[in-house]
Amino acid sequence: MTPADRPFLPRGVRLHHDRVRGVPVLLGPETALILDQVGQAVLGEVDGTRDIATISAALAERYAAPVEMIEADVIEFLDDMAARRLVEAT
Amino acid sequence: MTVVHPTPIPVQPVRPRPEPPLAMLAELTHRCPLACPYCSNPLELTRREGELTTEQWAEVFRQAADLGVLQLHLSGGEPASRPDLVQIVAAARQAGLYTNLITSGIGLTGRRLDELDAAGLDHVQLSVQGVNAGIADHVGGYKGGFDRKMMVAAEIARIGFPLTINAVMHRHNLGDLAATIALAHQLGARRIEIACVQFQGWALRNRAALQPTREQVEEAKRTVAQARVDYAGRLAIDFVPPDYFADFPKACMNGWGSTGLNIAPDGKVLPCHAAEIIPGLQFQNVLTTPLAEIWNGGPAFNAFRGTDWMPELCQACDRRDIDYGGCRCQAMAIAGDARATDPVCRRSPHRAALDALIAAETSVAPPPFEYRRMPR
Ligand code: SF4
Ligand code: SF4
Repeated sequence: MTPADRPFLPRGVRLHHDRVRGVPVLLGPETALILDQVGQAVLGEVDGTRDIATISAALAERYAAPVEMIEADVIEFLDDMAARRLVEAT
Repeated sequence: MTVVHPTPIPVQPVRPRPEPPLAMLAELTHRCPLACPYCSNPLELTRREGELTTEQWAEVFRQAADLGVLQLHLSGGEPASRPDLVQIVAAARQAGLYTNLITSGIGLTGRRLDELDAAGLDHVQLSVQGVNAGIADHVGGYKGGFDRKMMVAAEIARIGFPLTINAVMHRHNLGDLAATIALAHQLGARRIEIACVQFQGWALRNRAALQPTREQVEEAKRTVAQARVDYAGRLAIDFVPPDYFADFPKACMNGWGSTGLNIAPDGKVLPCHAAEIIPGLQFQNVLTTPLAEIWNGGPAFNAFRGTDWMPELCQACDRRDIDYGGCRCQAMAIAGDARATDPVCRRSPHRAALDALIAAETSVAPPPFEYRRMPR
């Protein structure tokens, strides 16, 4: 993915709060993925309208971290999700 | 000589509480318009009168979600044979479960699918019995089934449900594997699950008719490898090769009582859908015992949990925590002992008998199907 891509959760994939285990999970066909902090933060911003650059800027501000570093992490995470067909982009 | 035995104290091994289950398969009904000879349902099918009601299923879903289940697979039989399928899906979503419908498509219409969409159905798994009406309707034992299924697939695509195609492969259709994968892609599936027939339930009874040859299995592996290249990024291909031809068993159920459970149409709770073939296991019912109690300490779930129950061969094996000794139902079916090492394992003393059985079944023409039928 590139900074200009606008990621979204495809139909059949959704975020869910697992109240028994007390963790956020991403649910999809044959998948229940427990999200770590990075995953939770990134997917919390994914709305299908904003691009990766905008999402990264927002996260950089929230976590007071350099935007280049955040953007690299965001892209790495989303690429991994896309390879598992849990995230798509326009 | 008199030996004085101390009074035996019944040993209740102290077990740590198991991790909560992730997935639950709900067999809503055993009714099905199709009669596939490879069906994994038990030979003794439950009749309609014995099925849980809508409200009882809703209660099971709530209990499952409270227990930690995230994914619900609605299966059967044919779930669409339940007139209340839409309410059942709505109840599952209300309970907070990710809801997957496993169906042959027969009994679904565009209108019913729209209602399922509104009820929140997350995902559809559509089975295909063959790539054209001739084969599919012969295997499914239901004339016109293939054409109906194609219509249902078009409706699923219209609504946009994420779709997985399920194909059970065996002696009579392994030659069509490439065409099956192409069909899945053409129907708009994002995934195809190709499972070589597992010999349980009706499939076990039809084993000689379904048993693939070693050449077919090798050819299938090549076809899948090529298709994974051809369809990369467009269609995910899951392939379960037949374990009879493998050297080591599959990690059945990811370990007994570790991640998933099954509810039979009458509410009986099973550690795996074939578990009823194991004599002596005590199954409990959600109508009389809370699901959490059954999962956490029920005798059928504890019977093969962990590694204590394993034979010496598996206990000492480096693959103990990889395949957990394999499938208990298969050990029962072939070795006649549910506690034995899975006979598929090259290290099992029963492997030679399994090889002889494969050779015998594949050296002659397959016998006719014995179709899955409800008892009269
Ligand atoms: S395998 Fe065939 S007969 Fe069995 S439930 Fe599925 S569609 Fe029906
Ligand atoms: S001996 Fe048991 S644990 Fe080892 S590979 Fe065979 S079945 Fe698995």
